[in-house]
Amino acid sequence: MSAAPAIEITGLTKVYQVGEVEVHALGGIDLCIQRGEFVAIMGPSGSGKSTLMNIIGCLDHPTAGSYRLDGQDVSALDRIALARIRNRRIGFVFQSFNLLSRTSALKNVMLPMIYDPHNRLPRGERLAQAAAALEAVGLGDRMAHVPAELSGGQRQRVAIARALINDPVIVLADEPTGNLDTHSGQEIMAILDELNARGRTIVMVTHEAEIAAHAHRTIHLRDGLVEAVVPNGRDLQEAPREAL
Amino acid sequence: MKLSETLAVAWEGLLTNKLRALLTMLGVIIGVAAVIIMMAVSAGTEATIAEQINSLGANLIFVNSAMMRMTPGQPQQGGLVYDDAEAIVDSVATVAGFAVEQQTSATVKYGNVSLDSITLLGTTPDFPSVRDVAVASGRFVNQTDLDRTARVAVLGASLAKELFGAAGAADPIGARITVGTEKLTVVGVMAPKGTVAGQDWDARVYTPITVVFAKYLPSRFSAMMGNSVRTIYLQAASPEVIDDTILQVKLLLARRHGVSLDAADFTVQTQQDIISTQEATTEAFRNLLGWVAGVSLIVGGIGIMNIMIASVTERTREIGIRQAVGATETDIRLQFLAEALMLSLVGGLLGALAGVAGSWVFARLGDMRTVVAPGSIALAFGSAALIGVFFGYYPANRAAQLDPIESLRHE
Ligand SMILES: Nc1ncnc2c1ncn2[C@@H]1O[C@H](COP(=O)(O)OP(=O)(O)OP(=O)(O)O)[C@@H](O)[C@H]1O
Ligand SMILES: [Mg+2]
Repeated sequence: MSAAPAIEITGLTKVYQVGEVEVHALGGIDLCIQRGEFVAIMGPSGSGKSTLMNIIGCLDHPTAGSYRLDGQDVSALDRIALARIRNRRIGFVFQSFNLLSRTSALKNVMLPMIYDPHNRLPRGERLAQAAAALEAVGLGDRMAHVPAELSGGQRQRVAIARALINDPVIVLADEPTGNLDTHSGQEIMAILDELNARGRTIVMVTHEAEIAAHAHRTIHLRDGLVEAVVPNGRDLQEAPREAL
Repeated sequence: MKLSETLAVAWEGLLTNKLRALLTMLGVIIGVAAVIIMMAVSAGTEATIAEQINSLGANLIFVNSAMMRMTPGQPQQGGLVYDDAEAIVDSVATVAGFAVEQQTSATVKYGNVSLDSITLLGTTPDFPSVRDVAVASGRFVNQTDLDRTARVAVLGASLAKELFGAAGAADPIGARITVGTEKLTVVGVMAPKGTVAGQDWDARVYTPITVVFAKYLPSRFSAMMGNSVRTIYLQAASPEVIDDTILQVKLLLARRHGVSLDAADFTVQTQQDIISTQEATTEAFRNLLGWVAGVSLIVGGIGIMNIMIASVTERTREIGIRQAVGATETDIRLQFLAEALMLSLVGGLLGALAGVAGSWVFARLGDMRTVVAPGSIALAFGSAALIGVFFGYYPANRAAQLDPIESLRHE
């Protein structure tokens, strides 16, 4: 494995054209996130947090600037290559869960596997893996439930199990606790902490200082620019992913 | 993405809205069922006609009156007359026999049995061999009967049973029956033949044609028509001489009627000509059905396209979620294509079932013969599949082109 940073962003801008008006959502961001790091992103509403996350998650294209994921230049890739990256190298956890509403927890978790062309496992094996992933987030007894039959915290745990099923390098979480009560939020944070402790790189957007305190450092955005980078006093321990 | 998974995902997509899926399929169901029923009816009709034509008789030539120029009170001018038949037999050597028919209907009575509206067919001695029907007992009308206008009758098989009871109860031969105003002596009973060209041959009475001309046709009508006949059936001696016979008959009749062949007042046809005409008619019928079926399938296809477009819009967020976890354009396109294909194939399957059932019901209630050809099911199915792919492609492509982030933002 190369020693390149997990995420390396330079001069990243995103301009939305709304009618005649140009909205500068990101005004030139430089950012470097090491492997195994847990980074929180904070900032007022409209400061560009989600825009940044979507670009890091390969869901959206930057207007300008470069983005290297794990050493690979992503800004020049086509739609198919980006889909493959979303599938295998990134696990995205959304504030609004984004689960398929008519599909069971188990099948929601399996979703990234069926879109992985390298996954040649038989269906039984995949079911077993998805079940294990749900067990790991404490939902072993809720596999057949559809999202409407689950609490918000449980839904978010299904979403995390789904984000992890293809063993991504990076987990991105855009306000993962934003729709949850304190208790459920703490459960989610415990899972993220554990993932990070096992070496997974995590980037998380939050509005709450206590949540951000779980990260190694917090990046403060304002009006599409990095306002400050604040270390949280937690040191990044070397926990190589190979050990997983 | 594996094909089995694409199909599974598409199938689940359909199951989430069963009623809508069913309504969407309705167009295809009706189209496919219509194709199968119509093809079954047309194949059945064709088979019936072919059988009937084959049962008309061997090496048969039909000479038909093409037109009748008539002036009230005058014998007819033009058209065929009875003497034409005799002239043909006398001068065309390759004609083995002929039959002429003139029919009317009458009430038939014997003892206390009385049957209304029985067909009385005046004909000539060669009738059994020319029209391919056998005499079971006694004899048929002969030349002497014809010359003497003898009041004799030959009974159809089922009519004999009705008048004289089951076999052995009474011997019909020699009995005198009342047919209309006349008393006729039964001289023979025909073997069963069944229905030919819509007529029940077993329920009629045969008598010399001269008897019909003299006794049964109203005198004014008879005077006006002379001895006119609509059809003369000729039997050629062998299949090889049919063409030659036709030519000679045409020349002879043209000379007798004083007309040119271009303006003939008669037509001469073989069974083959009649089959060809019939085939041309069924062909035209089938072409029409083809259009009807095509249009209904296209309407069904547009129904599928309509619903798929609505479905893509409605499921934009689902598409976004799938894209977010790694579905490529191809994955999404195949998923929606598979859904459209399944709609049309399941519709095709239900339509095929409905078509087979419908053909059965038609045969049962409509008293129609239907023949469901496996080819028609395959054809209907194949077109349903094509329709699914063709009309499913646009919506599927639209789904595949959606932008992940915009789809995820979609409410
Ligand atoms: N699709 C879009 N079209 C136009 N403008 C957009 C679009 N998406 C975001 N923006 C604008 O970009 C800016 C940044 O939005 P973004 O969603 O990244 O903010 P955020 O920091 O995530 O806010 P919040 O905390 O409320 O989630 C906002 O001003 C927003 O109005
Ligand atoms: Mg946001």
